Amino acid sequence: MNIMLHMPALLIVLPLLAAFVTPLIDKLSRKARNAFVIAIVVIEEIMMLFFAFHIFSGNIAIYTMGSSEPTKLVTEAAVPIRIVLEVDAMSAFMGIISATVAMAAAIYSISFVEESKGKGKFYTLLLIMLAGMIGMEFTGDLFNMFVFLEILSISSCALIAYRNSDGNAVEGAFKYMVVSNIAALLVLFSIALLYSQYDLLNIAALSKVISYTELDKVALVLLVTSFAMKAGSVPMHYWVPDGYSPAPASITAMLVSATQASLYALFRVSFTLYGKVITASYIGVFLIILGLLSMFIGVTMALSQKDIKRLMAYHSVSQTGYMLLGVGIGLYLLNTSDFNTYGIKAMEGGIFHIINNAMYKGLLFLTAGAIFYRLKTRNLNEMGGLAHSMKYTTLFFIIGALAIAGIPPFNGFASKLLIYEAAYRVSPILSIVAMIVSILTLASFVKVFHSAFMGAKIYEVEEAPKSMLIGMAILAAVIIILSIFPGLVVDKIVAPAAHALANWQVYAGGV
Amino acid sequence: MSIVVRTIASSIFPMALIFSFYVIMHGHLTPGGGFQGGAIAASAVVMLLAAHGYKRMESKLSMDGLSFVESTGAIIFVVVGLAGLIAGVSFMYNLLVGSPIFGYVPHGANGGYLNSGGILPILNLAVGLKVIAGLSSVVLAMILFTEGEE
Repeated sequence: MNIMLHMPALLIVLPLLAAFVTPLIDKLSRKARNAFVIAIVVIEEIMMLFFAFHIFSGNIAIYTMGSSEPTKLVTEAAVPIRIVLEVDAMSAFMGIISATVAMAAAIYSISFVEESKGKGKFYTLLLIMLAGMIGMEFTGDLFNMFVFLEILSISSCALIAYRNSDGNAVEGAFKYMVVSNIAALLVLFSIALLYSQYDLLNIAALSKVISYTELDKVALVLLVTSFAMKAGSVPMHYWVPDGYSPAPASITAMLVSATQASLYALFRVSFTLYGKVITASYIGVFLIILGLLSMFIGVTMALSQKDIKRLMAYHSVSQTGYMLLGVGIGLYLLNTSDFNTYGIKAMEGGIFHIINNAMYKGLLFLTAGAIFYRLKTRNLNEMGGLAHSMKYTTLFFIIGALAIAGIPPFNGFASKLLIYEAAYRVSPILSIVAMIVSILTLASFVKVFHSAFMGAKIYEVEEAPKSMLIGMAILAAVIIILSIFPGLVVDKIVAPAAHALANWQVYAGGV
Repeated sequence: MSIVVRTIASSIFPMALIFSFYVIMHGHLTPGGGFQGGAIAASAVVMLLAAHGYKRMESKLSMDGLSFVESTGAIIFVVVGLAGLIAGVSFMYNLLVGSPIFGYVPHGANGGYLNSGGILPILNLAVGLKVIAGLSSVVLAMILFTEGEE
């Protein structure tokens, strides 16, 4: 049995199976359950890395569910009718992010999450969330994407409300539920619009025949709007601070990569599904405007926050703006002569920023969780002097904060620089706004650092427990690797992903 | 509730279960399937709960048992899918076609053979188990929540 062949299905099935085995093991012993969950996320990460490097070396993996030959489609039928998974470099890139963040989050949760509230179910939902994310990123089928979007939304919604004695958590979960249901219904409606015209659900097959009728335009608008909504970009960002702040910190880190799965869907739809017909650059301009608004409004809202996780949540809105700006510039220039000179660079910047943001934002949320674990408060005014007692947490916070502010040599600087340079060629105003946002980001993290960690020792607290430190250390290590070798990462991982997005023919040719 | 309601609810309960089992097992032939059949069985459970009250049913319905059945249903589903992969073909490959269990492949027009469909009846059964347990525990959770408020 060639394991690499079955990898796309295995990577989705493994967390799904583990999710339902977890509550059974939970009845036997809690330690066994923790060990099982960690084993699963670590195996998932290792498998994902092996598979991703197979993909980055120039392959596209196709997997047809239930077929006698999974790499081939049903030959008798004129159109692909089965559920097809299709993994190209962009999907694999997103898969690495999801698996890494999930690994860190699962390990972190061992001491962070209270036993009293059904932790077996917590891990079940966490693993389903992982399966949902990877499913969304690996699927080659629009309807299947909708199904995984729902799986992801429902499990995230339950996890946001995990601390259900806190009214804010329930409110945040309710807002998230409303937003994600509306988004999912819009997605379903636009899938129906496409299916009624072409009798196809397969993304690759659709992208070959799409003809940009009025209905297609309506579908494109609905898809872009709903995925941007789920990705938490301004003006539909209000669920982000409400949902992120009351959720357990490890779940907040997972939610960051969940919004990026939606971002992936947005890019997949606009670049691949509509790749053939998108000559008018309206959608690119739209994404650039959304990006600018998200960046600026996110960071200015963040500056005035007192709640540490709410502040970071607004920063995630603003970081999403960078990705939208970078990839939006790529879409704006797609099919023009400038695309190959600096359009692709902007996309590389935007895509590089996705992995950077998942890592440092995840790390920052985990450090905020560590503070919350010890002090039981998220209010910055009640903190202080933590650097005396929580040394490692302080160190991890500094790494995360410097990376998000784009201070050289950290990875945030590398991806932001790529975006600045390309944005300057389009319009200097774009890169000026991006730089101002970066400075404001630094300002607000200086504020957090000062009020939480500096000053005289106020609290007699201990360092965070080991499992939480390991969870944070994983993400910090990834940040450091990305910072030391930005050139290598861009060449080997980011550039294939950007090219995979830019050339829809390659994706369409896979089926 | 009154003895009339309780007696009738108790005597309808097995019939509802049989009907639910019918809908689940004919999932590959007639409208319905695992989810619909499971919902019928869960509504039978709700009927019993409404007629007898939670206090009398407490010993027969436990949250632990329900969550066990729910997990088992989901595990059967995934394992059946994985069996195709382990056999070396592909995930969700219909291994049972041609075998004596659900493997009959009818040709031409027919009124529906129960012994056909391959892995589909098993998948329906797994979904049925999951839905029975899932929906019942949703109702049970609501009852447990409202009890505390009074």
